Amino acid sequence: MKVRVLIRPKEGILDPQGQAVERALPALGFTGVESVHVGRLVDLEVADPACVEEMCEQLLANPLIEDYEVQVDDGGRA
Amino acid sequence: MKLGVVRFPGSCDEVDALLACRRFGEAEILWHRDRDLHGVDVVVLPGGFSYGDYLRVGAIARFSPVMEAVTEFARAGGPVLGICNGFQVLCEAGLLPGALLPNTGLRFLCRQVEVGVANPATAFTRACARGERLSLPVKHGAGRFHASEAELDELEAAGQIALRYAAGHNPNGSARDAAGVTNAAGNVLGLMPHPEHATDPLTGSVDGGKLFESVAQHVTEGAAVPA
Repeated sequence: MKVRVLIRPKEGILDPQGQAVERALPALGFTGVESVHVGRLVDLEVADPACVEEMCEQLLANPLIEDYEVQVDDGGRA
Repeated sequence: MKLGVVRFPGSCDEVDALLACRRFGEAEILWHRDRDLHGVDVVVLPGGFSYGDYLRVGAIARFSPVMEAVTEFARAGGPVLGICNGFQVLCEAGLLPGALLPNTGLRFLCRQVEVGVANPATAFTRACARGERLSLPVKHGAGRFHASEAELDELEAAGQIALRYAAGHNPNGSARDAAGVTNAAGNVLGLMPHPEHATDPLTGSVDGGKLFESVAQHVTEGAAVPA
């Protein structure tokens, strides 16, 4: 089954990467942009999506500094 | 004293660390696939980019076979020094509190900084005086120490922030100016500055030698640290 994991910096933690992107956008003429955060996306195919949560806790994310969100693509069956 | 320097794929400071160690004792390289530590008294995790720093700095190295032995060694009170990437690996492995994030300024930094000894009662600082300043180089892209405010308070109260950047020398935005952090027992130290690059007069400072002198005392005189 296809699973997508979204990992982003925990709220409140300084995200200089997001800030740099936020500052760069107005230079290209895009105005009204705020709260930019840059994270990571991991796509995987797994036999048992129930274990993905544990994968996130142990390796894919560092829960001290990152939040994660698991999206299971069940082919529209749900 | 015999020191072992771990070489991960992607380590790049292990030879400097080995040469620095040899000024103070015997030293050898430990391979990341080794499952035993060859009877060394001290383990050094060197700087570099272990496993390409893929995913997060230090995240993959923590699962290498040698880290099981290092974890057991550290939990039994064995002295472990993590330098730069080694510090990042120790945090990911849960042997040290907190985590290291990209520098506030997003730039890779390479410069000499002044670091003060905030706790001289650890395995790696006992040859220093409280407040002593050490001149050490830093070179990293992800050296911003982070922990929750509550955890930072606890670390400070327990003296676990053993080394601090001097005023005006915090290069990366580290919380509480933390340059080096220990575990509760004080036998594991991780720091972003590079003591191994500051042991030869040719490089402008020999202050890094103080950390190796300290651990030599720790090994030969026993773990009891003068209050």
